[in-house]
Amino acid sequence: MEELTVDATVENIARVTSFVEEELEKYDCPVKAQMQIAVAIDELFGNIAHYAYNPDIGPATVRVEVSGEPLAVIITFIDNGVPYDPLAKADPDISLGAQEREFGGLGIFMVKKSMDEIAYEYKDGQNILRIKKRI
Amino acid sequence: MKITKTVNGSSLCLALEGRLDTTTAPEFEAALKASVDGITELTIDMKLLDYLSSAGLRILLGAQKTMNKQGSMRVIHVNDMIQEIFEVTGFADILTVEA
Repeated sequence: MEELTVDATVENIARVTSFVEEELEKYDCPVKAQMQIAVAIDELFGNIAHYAYNPDIGPATVRVEVSGEPLAVIITFIDNGVPYDPLAKADPDISLGAQEREFGGLGIFMVKKSMDEIAYEYKDGQNILRIKKRI
Repeated sequence: MKITKTVNGSSLCLALEGRLDTTTAPEFEAALKASVDGITELTIDMKLLDYLSSAGLRILLGAQKTMNKQGSMRVIHVNDMIQEIFEVTGFADILTVEA
């Protein structure tokens, strides 16, 4: 398992993405799964950067583990910010046209659709969000 | 991300290269804002775009709303993964998407 702790800022999304991609490069991860994982990091770490400590800046930890049969990557995002369960939000109505579209929840919806598992818990003052993707 | 802008009369093409995500979406939004005045045909070329996240979808939606008022917009050269994102999010119905 590898772990990275950085300030939860939009500027650090690229750093977190590179950190995870370096891990995935050790395995024969399909390009599509890699990109879906990069999108998931953008959505989830981006959420933490925007909301967890707003208006202050605080730390977030990202853990990556590749294991199992079939092989899967498990990425865990941990922050000590405001309790927030992204899975509690209702899925957006994707049938609405351009003018009526509400934007909330679309990012997490994309992550739910592209990952094999997603789980949230709030424990010991920490938001812990875990995604799993078979690779 | 790299954005290549081509203007031909009232037609504008923005070719995107790299990743359209939280970090780069503001550049795309700024490029659109700076050049969309008086444009009746907007083309977003995604041939060299690896992927996009919801931050990119948000800008595309804004562009589509603008172009609904002043002309038309199409998104071209979409890869499989981006097409899947458009379908999952219902954007395939909002945008005019060409492979």
